[in-house]
Amino acid sequence: MRAWRKRRQLTSVQNRTAQIAGNDTLLFSTLRNERIRLPYFLEYYRALGINHFLIVDNGSDDGTGEYLAKQPDVSLWYTTRSYRKSRFGLDWMNHLLARYGHRHWTLTVDVDEFFVYPFCETRPIAALTDWLDASAVRSFGTMMLDMYPKGPLSQHSYEEGQNPIDIANWFDSGNYTISKNSALGNLWIQGGPRSRFFLPDQPKKAPALNKTPLVKWNRHYAYISSTHMLLPRGLNKVYDEDGGEKTSGVLLHAKFLNTLGQKAQEEVKRREHFANGAEYQAYHDKLRETDPDLWCNWSEKYINWRQLEILGLMSKGNWA
Amino acid sequence: MTVGFVMMCHDALDRAAQVAIHWAKAGCPVVIHVDKRVESARYDGLVRDVSPYPAVQFCKRHACEWGTWSLVEASQTGAEMMLRRFPQVGHVYLASGSCLPLRPIAELSAYLAARPGINFIESVTTQDVPWTVGGLDHERFTLRFPFSWKRHRRLFDAYVNLQRHVKLKRRIPAGISPHMGSQWWCLTRQTLGAILESPRRDEFDAYFKRVWIPDESYYQTLVRLYSDQVESRSLTLSKFDYQGKPHIFYDDHLQLLRRSDCFMARKIWPGAARLYGTFLSDTLASENRAEPNPGKIDRVFAKAIERRTRGRAGLYMASRFPKNGWENGKTCAPYSVFQGFGDLFQDFGPWLHKATGARVHGHLFASERAHFADNYKIYAGALPDTAALRDYNPRAFLTNLVWNTRGERQCFLFGPRDKQKIAEFLIDDPNASISVITGAWAVPLFRSRRDFSDLRRAAARLQQVEAQQLARLRHIHTKARVRIWSMADFVDAPVEPLQSIIDEIGARANRRLSTAPQMHDLTGFGQFLQNLKNQGMQPYLMGDFPTGDVSETQTPVRRKPYLVR
Repeated sequence: MRAWRKRRQLTSVQNRTAQIAGNDTLLFSTLRNERIRLPYFLEYYRALGINHFLIVDNGSDDGTGEYLAKQPDVSLWYTTRSYRKSRFGLDWMNHLLARYGHRHWTLTVDVDEFFVYPFCETRPIAALTDWLDASAVRSFGTMMLDMYPKGPLSQHSYEEGQNPIDIANWFDSGNYTISKNSALGNLWIQGGPRSRFFLPDQPKKAPALNKTPLVKWNRHYAYISSTHMLLPRGLNKVYDEDGGEKTSGVLLHAKFLNTLGQKAQEEVKRREHFANGAEYQAYHDKLRETDPDLWCNWSEKYINWRQLEILGLMSKGNWA
Repeated sequence: MTVGFVMMCHDALDRAAQVAIHWAKAGCPVVIHVDKRVESARYDGLVRDVSPYPAVQFCKRHACEWGTWSLVEASQTGAEMMLRRFPQVGHVYLASGSCLPLRPIAELSAYLAARPGINFIESVTTQDVPWTVGGLDHERFTLRFPFSWKRHRRLFDAYVNLQRHVKLKRRIPAGISPHMGSQWWCLTRQTLGAILESPRRDEFDAYFKRVWIPDESYYQTLVRLYSDQVESRSLTLSKFDYQGKPHIFYDDHLQLLRRSDCFMARKIWPGAARLYGTFLSDTLASENRAEPNPGKIDRVFAKAIERRTRGRAGLYMASRFPKNGWENGKTCAPYSVFQGFGDLFQDFGPWLHKATGARVHGHLFASERAHFADNYKIYAGALPDTAALRDYNPRAFLTNLVWNTRGERQCFLFGPRDKQKIAEFLIDDPNASISVITGAWAVPLFRSRRDFSDLRRAAARLQQVEAQQLARLRHIHTKARVRIWSMADFVDAPVEPLQSIIDEIGARANRRLSTAPQMHDLTGFGQFLQNLKNQGMQPYLMGDFPTGDVSETQTPVRRKPYLVR
């Protein structure tokens, strides 16, 4: 309902949704000034088998809009309205999901999130969604894994078209805490380098890392808080409580690049993020003081999904 | 003689066409049944695709629903057509549109020719079948199932329960005994003909129409009536997961499938271009391989089911968060907790590490920070020593530590000075082995020589905390392995308890204790306790420590580090 009211905030720039076929897998994203990240982002998800991208550009002025409008498989909307007042872009996403995502498998990710699932090197995303369909599963859970480079952030500079995971190729393998949100039934996962480094004394404020980005959408569904939780609440039950492991993936989060300093500055100024950007404030402070190095002796170097599965950060479940 | 294929299709018709053409080219007739619910445009497309091959025929279409008689009806129609139209067919193979042959047809033909008259059909009595879905095995044959399991699950279940309740039972036709098995069979012309032309066919059909999942029991039962040459196994490799749906094969299964030496596999994902390309290629090497041997694939799928139903013990993650009591192991490996040992001995950690090879941490739950082994600030898995993060979720802190150090025994010190929130978890965890020297917390007080009234207060508090702990450790519901010694007993004879600790950790098998850790000098400890008593506090957890000089000389307070054995 809310999303429907906010729909007028979106101006269609390039609507290619007529191209969408019956069983296409769709990707939804909201972004701002991410021109440099886009080529690799699109390349990565095209290779996984995403058929169409539906993107909201929230007031970019770095050529993001122009670049996206030229892509043959992208539909683009533009808005200059407040990211925060639209609940961090969720209202826009929910509107587009209801309108175009109905009965499709939909992947809702940010431009710095890279979806990894079991066998993703050898099986396209349609193999996964077909299997989920056959198993009568409607939503697929992941944990967001914060990736970081070794050495100060500014030491490595990200070039357009480059795989950001080639730079930010380290992660924390085992310092996550989980609790269950009894109201909506989702898990609440926190921890990782953001907890360890930026917010060591305020564990409660550490950002949530549980995400449910892949959903067989229905127009009655809605994301509630980023992609951390959804309604109806059954969609949040992406985990097993009887001891077994459901199939799950990981969102590699390539936020910690040299581009972050500038981004944090901009976001603190805009005050458009959660809790007036408490998270960005913390980055900003740390980034200003020092050029942080999130790496530690026990950091794990990223190899592939099998490594993540062995480490227990994701699971094949009964998909073999 | 040749083998003919009856192929049941409802999905991915282009793949079905590809396989049918492959067989036709190899000289094998194919009769295709297409689900009536498939729209006619797609059906016509399939007919067009295979039209250059007269050996591929289509039979009358039935609307098929899973678990119902319609599937048997469809296979009957197809099989009848096969026997009628293609007299050269000696064996009829029932396959589906998502089956893929893994070995050249010539090998299958040779295999069947070498075993004339043998029917390959999995056919097992209901008592011996472990894999039924929904708990229905023998009742499949004795109840009625008018409601669809997929569409009207509630009605289905309610009606089953009603029949159970009123003990309503159907009569099984005389002379047959129910058998079940994989619906993908390969029967001889003779046996299949006998089943289809049986004088009692109407009676059998009428009966099986009301049986649950008759495609898994119709032929499987009747074959026993008309043939005594039954090889009870399917030539089609087809595995089911714990929900009863078939496992699916993808491109990355290529090597597994190749090495299985099976003739046919099901189900193949329609997008598995590499599998179709490889196994349908004309150059697929004929290697004259032996009997089918799907052992390796069986293990892969068995593991998958195990992972889905039991999971990895001690793992908590985005898709595994067991309810209390459902963990199959609260932590992933045994670990040891030592209370009082750090207080009594000067060098307990290094000594234990040397004796057992285990990793020995300090007080992980100390109020200021977690004291990891070797004074690390961050430990395995990038686990930080920050108290705030640890205390936010102490249980996750511990399970993470044990998970992150898989393969290495973890030990840590604990005591009444530490944060106590984790104690409950430790007591409840069968992997925890907790050794307590009660009252040893008094040793640091004794050695600190602080202001006595402070000491007295601290002693009272620590004793209270430990007394509460002990009550819980001794509780009947405690799942951890617990050993408790009073300090007096321990000091009196430390060798045996220390040996038992080392034996339990047992990393270096059969080590005899050659050195004991160095105990703190306890001269005057008895007097210290007496002073506490004199101040009106009653230290009782350490056991009986005699006061005065006489007994102190008797107590082996200064134990030599090297024991002569």
